[in-house]
Amino acid sequence: MGVGIEVANLNAWYGTTHTLQDINLNIPANQATALIGPSGCGKSTFVRCLNRMHETNPIARATGTIKIGDLDIYKDAKPVEIRRRVGMVFQRPNPFPTMSIYDNVIAGLKLNGYSNRRVLDDTVERSLKNSALWDEVKDDLKKKSGASLSGGQQQRLCIARALAVDPEVLLMDEPASALDPVSTSKIEDLIFQLKTQYTIVIVTHNMQQAARVAEKTGFFLNGRMVEFDSTHKIFTNPSDKRTEDYITGRFG
Amino acid sequence: MTRIRFQQSLDDLKEKLLVMAGLAEQAIQRAIEAYRVRDLSICDLVSRSELAINRLERDIDQAALDLLAMEQPMAIDLRFILSVIRINADLERVGDAAKSISDRVRSMEQMAAADLPVDIPRMATLAADMVRKSLQAFIEGDAEVARSVLTMDDAVDAMNKAAYKSLTKVMGEQSHVAPQALNALMISRSLERVADHATNIAEDVIFWVQGADVRHHKSVTGGRDPNAGLTPAPAVVEEAKPAAE
Repeated sequence: MGVGIEVANLNAWYGTTHTLQDINLNIPANQATALIGPSGCGKSTFVRCLNRMHETNPIARATGTIKIGDLDIYKDAKPVEIRRRVGMVFQRPNPFPTMSIYDNVIAGLKLNGYSNRRVLDDTVERSLKNSALWDEVKDDLKKKSGASLSGGQQQRLCIARALAVDPEVLLMDEPASALDPVSTSKIEDLIFQLKTQYTIVIVTHNMQQAARVAEKTGFFLNGRMVEFDSTHKIFTNPSDKRTEDYITGRFG
Repeated sequence: MTRIRFQQSLDDLKEKLLVMAGLAEQAIQRAIEAYRVRDLSICDLVSRSELAINRLERDIDQAALDLLAMEQPMAIDLRFILSVIRINADLERVGDAAKSISDRVRSMEQMAAADLPVDIPRMATLAADMVRKSLQAFIEGDAEVARSVLTMDDAVDAMNKAAYKSLTKVMGEQSHVAPQALNALMISRSLERVADHATNIAEDVIFWVQGADVRHHKSVTGGRDPNAGLTPAPAVVEEAKPAAE
């Protein structure tokens, strides 16, 4: 099951650039939360702080508190453990090109030392079913490589790979921006199914997509969270003029 | 400023609706004038303007539909287009009410004048004022002016109820003026509807400007709640903070 995320006084820097300033919010469990804002506003940095990927850059640092369920990720958890609990899907599908579909799905499990064939088989089937890809690839699991799939299928394979380690939170950084409308619809349908089991945080530039898939939406601007409210409120009657100007296309 | 073409389309839509509003307002004023001076040539003008109003109603709906389909408007733009669609329908009904009044005036032409216990001109002035004010609120995007229209509706309702009571009494007691009383009653009813449409327009202006849905809100005393539908703006920063620290 998904868990809630509590973010308190989060600040982040790249070198001397203060990219996130005093972010405070509660992301509810088992819902999709969309993060919107113009390029460079800090939303991707924010998502990368949620699994401590931000600090993999040597000039980057972050301060503040982030709790994933009961786990204070900047205090008492190792990055490997955090990334098991917090899966991530990126803008461009990035399957391991030389690995089969099967090996792509279990890559994270193998990294964590799992080798029981039955466990791996079950995980591959469950993950591919959860990512709505099973029916399309079940006969070619070990015959085809991840790179042989279409863009939309590759993205669902990446989602399956993220789900295989049984995370509680799934971060999606513009997961459909490189996909055609049909593949985008499949990803959005998938988000609807997945949020019953996982907490989903999705970064998107597509306003309609945020409005369609998310219960909550946060608007970032210049490293600050300007407004965080129900998606309905944000897209019909936002409280802040800057939010309204952005979602109505007046800037950004 | 971006989306210049979209903004131009919104401006065009507003301009079209203002043309429609001008025709509807003129139609109701002409119908009232036709009643006052019993002039059938004015009734002809009302009939003609109703045709123009109907044509314009279709044009405006199509333009609004195109914008919804092509531009995927959000927030205040979305509320504006939804309000235009609703106001458009109300203005068309104001045109219908004007036509209905002018039809009554025509039928009264053959009847002898009768002294009836109803002040149609006063009621008409109030209903027409409501239409004018609601349209002024739309032109200026002024929710306060729109709210002032809402408080006027009760007076027109009360006048219509009083007219119903007095005119049905006349019909029962003085059968020789029953047709005139029936016509006056129907005109009173039409004016009450005009006031209802003006109220709807004012409610739509409030929805567009403030995002508040004030329809069907009455306070416990039966009058309108001036703050109906207005939810306080959330304290964003406070809400975003974790509950327990």
